[in-house]
Amino acid sequence: MTVATTRSELKRKGATTSQARPASTGLYWPWALPGLIAFTVVVVVAFLWNVYLSFTSWKQGLGTPKWIGLDNYIKLFQDDTFWQSFLHSVVFIVSMAVVPTGLGLIIASALFDYIAPRFGNGSSAAVRAAFFLPQIIPIAVAGLLWSWMLSSQQGTFNVTMVQWGWFPSVDQAPNWLGNAGLAMLSVNVVLIWIQIGYTVTIFMSGLARADQSVHEAAAIDGASWFQRFRMITINQLAPEISVVLLTTTVAALKVFAPVYVMTQGGPGTATNVPAYFSYFNFIQTGKVGYGAAISTVLALLLIVFAIFLLRMQTRQGENR
Amino acid sequence: MSQLLSEATFANETAQPSARELKKLSRRGQGGFNRRNGFSWGVLGFIVLAALLWIAPLYLAFVNSIKSKADYTTSGPLSLPTSITFENITAFWAKANFTEKLWNSFQISFWVAIFGVLLSFLTAYAIGIGKVRGRFFVLALFMVAFTIPAEALMYPLLKMAKMVNLYDNIWSLIIIFSVLQSAFGTYLLASVLSDFPTEILEAARIDGAGSVRLLWSVVLPLTRPTLLVLMVFFFIWTWNEFLYPLVLLPSNSSQTVSLSMGLASGQYTSEPTQQAAAALVGILPTLLFFLIFQRTLLKGVTMGSVK
Repeated sequence: MTVATTRSELKRKGATTSQARPASTGLYWPWALPGLIAFTVVVVVAFLWNVYLSFTSWKQGLGTPKWIGLDNYIKLFQDDTFWQSFLHSVVFIVSMAVVPTGLGLIIASALFDYIAPRFGNGSSAAVRAAFFLPQIIPIAVAGLLWSWMLSSQQGTFNVTMVQWGWFPSVDQAPNWLGNAGLAMLSVNVVLIWIQIGYTVTIFMSGLARADQSVHEAAAIDGASWFQRFRMITINQLAPEISVVLLTTTVAALKVFAPVYVMTQGGPGTATNVPAYFSYFNFIQTGKVGYGAAISTVLALLLIVFAIFLLRMQTRQGENR
Repeated sequence: MSQLLSEATFANETAQPSARELKKLSRRGQGGFNRRNGFSWGVLGFIVLAALLWIAPLYLAFVNSIKSKADYTTSGPLSLPTSITFENITAFWAKANFTEKLWNSFQISFWVAIFGVLLSFLTAYAIGIGKVRGRFFVLALFMVAFTIPAEALMYPLLKMAKMVNLYDNIWSLIIIFSVLQSAFGTYLLASVLSDFPTEILEAARIDGAGSVRLLWSVVLPLTRPTLLVLMVFFFIWTWNEFLYPLVLLPSNSSQTVSLSMGLASGQYTSEPTQQAAAALVGILPTLLFFLIFQRTLLKGVTMGSVK
C-alpha cells in the first residue's frame, strides 16, 4: 500500500512540474503479484526450507526433522565421496565448458570464414545443423541412445569391434560404462557430443554480428586464416566466449540426467557428481538432511557463478 | 605480428581492387583469397566427416530400429537392414504405453507454455513498462533462481505437492515448471519491454489509458511475437525435463516421454533393436518440433547470451 501512496504522490508532483515520469500513470505493481507470490512459494520458501533441512536429520522424510546443527556439514566436509563428486564436476567442466568452447570456436570460425566463402552458405549451414542435432534431443533420450551404443554385450561399439575381429568376443571388449576407469571417459564423450552444437551456434551468430571489414582488410593484407582466427576472431568473440564459458560451467555443475541414465553414478562412485549424490541421499537412501546439505553447498556455489554472470551481462550492456 | 606487417606492406604494392570487385572475388571460391584448392577441399572433407560422425548415433538408432534382432547379430549394427520390420517400434510402443507418455508430456508442456508465459508477461509488464520499485532486486533474484540446482528445491517441493494432494499428478509439474520457467521468461521479457518505444506509451497515456488498457490494447498486441517465441521455448524445455518428473511422478501412468526414456535405458539390455527403437521414438517428437520451429529455436539459443 505504501508503494501506491508514493506512486500517486509522484504522479501529482509530476503533473505540476510537467515532467511526468513515464511510469507514473496508472498502478503497475499489482501485475507483478501473481508472479511474485508464485515465485516466493515455489522458489524462496522451498529453498529456505531446504536450507533448514540441511541442519536437521530426517530419515526417509518420516516424522519430524530433528535439529542437529552443523553435523551434516561437518560430516560432508569429511566425506571423501563428496569431494570426489566435486572432482568429477571439474572433469565435467572440462568436457562441457572448456572443450566445447575451444572446438566450437574453431568449427564456427572455419565454417564462417573458410568454408562458407569457398563452398557457399548452404554447406556451412548443413554442417552446423549436424552439430546442432544432439542439442534438440532430450538429455534422457541421448543417455538412452548412448547407453545402448556403449552397452558391453549388445552395444553397437562392441558388436562392431568383434565383427571386425578386433576382439574374439564381446566379453573381451571394453565395458564402456561398467568399467570404473572407462565410465567417466564415456560419459564425458557423450557430453562433448551434446555440447558442441550449442557453442558452434552461439559463436556463428556472434561472427555474423561482428564487423567483417576487419577480417576482409586482414585477408587483403595477406593474413592467413589461422592468423585472423588468433588475432581477430578470438577478440571479436570475447563477449560470447565469456558468457558461454560461464553458462556451460553452470550447466556442468548441475549435470544430473546423463549420469542418472547412463551410469547411476557408478560403477561404485566412479561417475558420481554432486547433483546425483544429493538425489541419491534424498531419495535412494532417505538421508534427507544430508542430501539437503549437499544441494545447499552446490546451490551456493552456483549462486556465486550467477552473480558473476549478472555482473558480466551488466558490464556488456554498458559497453554496447 | 611482424610477419603480418611485412605481408601487409607487400600487399600494398600490388594493385588494390575496389570493394565491389573484392566482394565478387571472394564469392564462391571463384578466385582471389577464397579460392578453392586441394587444401580447402581437404578442410571441407575433414569437417564434413566430423559432422557425419556427429549424426552417426542417429543413423544407428534409425537403421537398427527397423532391423530384426537376428539381423543385428549376424550382419552387425552398421549395415542397412536386409528387410524392414516395424516390430521393434510397435513392441516398444506397446510395452511403454507410449501414447499415454506422449499425451502426459504434451499436456504438461502445453500448460507450462501458457501459464509460464502469462506469469512472465505480467511480471515483466510491471517491471519493464511500470518500472516498479525494487525491479532490479526482483530481476537479480530471478536470475539467481534459474541457476539454483533443482536438487536444492526438489525435496521441499515434493513435500508441498504431497500436502496439497498433487503428488503423482501432472499438475504439480505444471505449477512448478510454470514458475521456474517464468523466472527466466520475466528476466528476458523485462529487458524486451524496457526497450518498448516510449512515444507509443506516452501517446496512450495522454489518451487516458490506465495500466489495464495499456497492457491489453498497446503492449500485448505489440509483444505477441516475442511471447509466442517464449512459448515454444517453455514447451520444449518442459518436454526435456527429467529430474522433477522422476521425483514427482512415481506411477507409470503419469510418466512423461523424457522420464520413461531415462528409465527404459536399463530395461531392454538384451533387446538391442528395441533399445534403438526406444531411442528413435524418443527422438522423433523433438525432431518434428525442431523442424517446425527451427528458426525460432536457433534464434533462442543465442537469445540468452549476448544481444
